[in-house]
Amino acid sequence: MLRYFFKRLLSLALSLLAASVVIFLALEVVPGDPAAYMLGLNAQEDTLNALREQLGLNGTILERYLSWAGGLLTGDFGISYTYRTPVADMIGDRLWVSLPLALYALTLSTLIAFPAGIWAASRRGSYVDAGVMGVTQLGVAIPNFWFAMLMVLVFAINLRWFSAGGFAGWDEGFWASIKSLTLPAIALALPQASILTRVMRSSLLDTLGEDFIRTARAKGLSKGQAMWRHALRNALIPVLTIMGLQFSFLLAGAIIIENVFYLPGLGRLVFQAISARDLIVVESVVMLLVFAVIMVNFSVDLAYALVDPRLRGRR
Amino acid sequence: MNLLLQSRTLIPGAILTVIFAGAAIVSMFWVPYDTTVLDIANKIKSPSFAHPFGTDQFGRDILSMIMVGARTSIAVALVAVGIGMVAGVPLGLAAAARKGGLLDEFIMRMNDLVFAFPSLLIAVMITAVFGASALNAIIAIGIFNIPVFARLTRGAALSLWSRDYIMAARVAGKGSARISLEHILPNVSNLLIVQGTIQFSLGILAEAGLSYVGLGAQPPLASWGRMLADSQTMISFAPHLALFPGLAILLTVLGLNLLGDGLRDIFDPKLRRART
Repeated sequence: MLRYFFKRLLSLALSLLAASVVIFLALEVVPGDPAAYMLGLNAQEDTLNALREQLGLNGTILERYLSWAGGLLTGDFGISYTYRTPVADMIGDRLWVSLPLALYALTLSTLIAFPAGIWAASRRGSYVDAGVMGVTQLGVAIPNFWFAMLMVLVFAINLRWFSAGGFAGWDEGFWASIKSLTLPAIALALPQASILTRVMRSSLLDTLGEDFIRTARAKGLSKGQAMWRHALRNALIPVLTIMGLQFSFLLAGAIIIENVFYLPGLGRLVFQAISARDLIVVESVVMLLVFAVIMVNFSVDLAYALVDPRLRGRR
Repeated sequence: MNLLLQSRTLIPGAILTVIFAGAAIVSMFWVPYDTTVLDIANKIKSPSFAHPFGTDQFGRDILSMIMVGARTSIAVALVAVGIGMVAGVPLGLAAAARKGGLLDEFIMRMNDLVFAFPSLLIAVMITAVFGASALNAIIAIGIFNIPVFARLTRGAALSLWSRDYIMAARVAGKGSARISLEHILPNVSNLLIVQGTIQFSLGILAEAGLSYVGLGAQPPLASWGRMLADSQTMISFAPHLALFPGLAILLTVLGLNLLGDGLRDIFDPKLRRART
């Protein structure tokens, strides 16, 4: 187990290294001088140089990469070109919207998908099964930002149950914040819940076809008992992988949904930064999200190895 | 024909796909109203006989906009799938031909790396660097398709390499490049077609999302995502502006997914259960 852990840790470090190089180089090719941009047209050459020095823009490409990557490791994401405040502070504030939103959506998606998938699998071939599968077909095909707009129309504009957008802020109390995240979370969760329902159903059906289920049935367990006691736990492994992958889609997908609801999260930060050509902010947010994706997948892999010793031998 | 009817999803999927592909093709020669001409006198009209889907804030006919938008969506998604296949399939074939080799290892690591970037983030980075355009949306979606096809091809090819007829081809003196092209590729093509329809539908969703946030097609190019973005501020008094482009996306994606499911059932009945 320890050997497996260190092997995975090494590959984690390599992925992070490669990702950071790609992101750094991608934004390195952008023409233009941020220092000139910040100071305007009439800046003196020596002021420009001083600012470049302060922003870490002087030096070779390797030096700049090392200082950027070193900064990331110590939580110093640099200074925003437009707001002149530390990027880390800007991201920190926004993270408190995006992260709860993603977690909320993941919770909803799980709460929908588990019962729906189990229900469909236990009534395989029935109208229930066909109905659940039909709904998931729609859920996968519907653009979630459009679904979000329709929900705003129905629940915010017509019924006035929710506000059409904006974020209450955690200072306003837990429930007020949760309420303003509810419609966005439902919109985000819908396609993910559909996919997860299908995974849950097919994984459970596969497990129900295994020999050990037949054994359980042969020794006298009912169909339901065999499913709850033996099949479900074994069917969860592929479901957990997909959940891990989905978390990253939720974080990234939030970028679009935040725009529908004018939520002050990472997504809106990125778009403001793109239109202001504030590339260091874009760079940091992208790196942060990629970091989250890689970490989540790493944790899922480890969780597997803990649950299922057979997986430790393989890559 | 009997086989065609066995799949319940193939026919409805094919019908929806043909409708939208047809609308896109027809729009190249004819649309009910010119979408580049503004008609302010007729702005934001509800659906009527003259304008079955109504008109937008500039008096443009929504039906015509949707037809032209179909062209944008389909073109972007099709080229993106093309990029994924053209780059991904050879990589997958090469990786499978030298399983466990340095090339295989390199290709699979690169794949993992691309997978760590959600496609939306790739698009965000590309637009941050090169600006927003339909072309950059294509590139962003296309890049994400490469590892999908590379991985699928490698997996399928690996299982073929252990077959007897491949061994026979080897004994006959064929090199691995020739075997890959002449024997492996034809046998994985069914899988590639099925995955192609699925990636196609994902591409349409991705294009719509990117255009919605302004990272995809730019005006005056009509695009379903942009139409939705424009309709958002008017949704309380003109919901039809948001309804029809959204339905167009939903039905196109649904059609492609059903078509993909149906094709898979026909090509390989064993896989029926496997798709999630």
